[in-house]
Amino acid sequence: MQREKEMKKKKKSKWWLCVAPLYIFTLLFVVGPMLYMLVVSFATNNGSGYGFYWNFTLDNYKKMWDGVYLQCFVQSFQLAFFTTVINILVGYPFGYFMAKLSKRGKQLLMFLIMVPFWTSSLLRLYGWIIILQVKGVLNAALQWLGILEKPVKILYSYPAVLFGMVYALLPFMILSVYNSVEKMDWSLVEAARDLGASPVKAFFGVTFRLTLPGLLTGVIMTFVPSMGLFFIADILGGNKIVLVGSLIQDQLTRGSNWPFAAALAVVLTVLTSLMLWAYQKLTHSNLEGIF
Amino acid sequence: MKKKTFRFSNLYLALVMLITYLPLIVMVVFSFNDSKLFVSWEGFSLRWYQELLGDEDLIEALGNSLILGFLSCAIAAVIGTLGAIGMVRVDFRSKGMIEYLSTIPIMVPEIILGMAFLAFFSLLDLPFGMVTLVIAHCSFAIPYVFMMVKARLVGIDKSLEEAARDLGASPARTFWDITLPLIMPAVLSGCMLAFAMSFDDVVISIFVNGATLSTLPIKVYTQIKTGVTPEINALCTLILVAVILVMLCSRLLGRLRPHSEEEGR
Repeated sequence: MQREKEMKKKKKSKWWLCVAPLYIFTLLFVVGPMLYMLVVSFATNNGSGYGFYWNFTLDNYKKMWDGVYLQCFVQSFQLAFFTTVINILVGYPFGYFMAKLSKRGKQLLMFLIMVPFWTSSLLRLYGWIIILQVKGVLNAALQWLGILEKPVKILYSYPAVLFGMVYALLPFMILSVYNSVEKMDWSLVEAARDLGASPVKAFFGVTFRLTLPGLLTGVIMTFVPSMGLFFIADILGGNKIVLVGSLIQDQLTRGSNWPFAAALAVVLTVLTSLMLWAYQKLTHSNLEGIF
Repeated sequence: MKKKTFRFSNLYLALVMLITYLPLIVMVVFSFNDSKLFVSWEGFSLRWYQELLGDEDLIEALGNSLILGFLSCAIAAVIGTLGAIGMVRVDFRSKGMIEYLSTIPIMVPEIILGMAFLAFFSLLDLPFGMVTLVIAHCSFAIPYVFMMVKARLVGIDKSLEEAARDLGASPARTFWDITLPLIMPAVLSGCMLAFAMSFDDVVISIFVNGATLSTLPIKVYTQIKTGVTPEINALCTLILVAVILVMLCSRLLGRLRPHSEEEGR
């Protein structure tokens, strides 16, 4: 008995070897950089060049209340919000309809969604530039059809950026809605219908509620990344729309103010964590559900 | 009535897919166009494919991206799979915390990681290049593999492992013959997702790639900002063909193998 217990303990104790690499990597290359970023955010910028020195200050955080920088946060939130709303409006019906297709139809559509996902998003973004630019495909087509007389400028505007963001993040919304509709118990909808609920009522009373966790997952998966996707605003917006992401990048490279960039990143992390926390409270689950 | 709504839904799905594929279609078409501009059709030509093969910078960037993708995938497969296997068996008190912390890289906006890695690698005085890129990409590749494998481990029938053990198989043998084949689809799909993310990443890479090394997305990004040659169209077409081939192959392999229906994604 004693021996058996000991053997069991010994057997069990070997498993730490399996998790050791994960522990080491996480502590060294995830926790380490994040903590160091937090530390740097309290350092003082050198003023010239890339350096900073270890003098505790809260200036980097105070600086954010300055109108220009506050505006960046507002603009980022606004863009992320609009992106998410449009993604819901386009992605929810898509995921829903897709889940109702036959097995072959689902497979085909899944294939069609995955192919662009694998083809670099920057290349696809470039495809949109070809289409949208003044001497581009869309303008040529509209003129040829006689809808436009003169080419219009679509690129380098807010709608173009919004479109690019929606385009880049839509698959995430579609897949999370699709997964939850696919898993849903349809007999509940049938029961509601049998009990006399109209299709609309059955949808909002049963289907929508049951798929709400999937929708929220999609919201998180579009809202959170859209706060940091500076290159879309950069390419399609032509430097007109400055997001927190672009600001951080600018401070790291041209502005060469690392402590301020770190402080911005820390605030962004806190905001993101708050959203994830709210999501977990709302759905009583974590994002692992999507896999 | 029912038939009609059904048709509307199909039309909607087709329309969204058409918009999704529009840029790809345009790029494929223009890759065969014998003109440097994107307005008019000047006739069929393979000129850009030829120039692409001669463009060492672009080919090198593509090579770097592939190497980076495979390296970080391979490392993530080992660390992530082992981690998932171990995590369901150990009962450390720090377990939940580490699990949570390890998924940070795919939860926060990428720019934050880029910033954190840039500062941290300068602190460690690591030379920026492939090593820093691989570490950075592993940080988000590991959680994908880890989460997929863990979800699969939770789902598999414990009695299979127990049966093997009862029949006298050693723990190692049980692992190789029972556990590993069962979780392999999850490892593979985790790896595929990780590779796709790595191959696509520009936000993190741009901070840790160093002055001389360039990945394909970074190359495209800088070209878009400075001036693009139609070679990019040819490259996009080739990548598209490769992706479709790989996906068709994996689908065919999946069809040949029994019990793989639920791994459709």
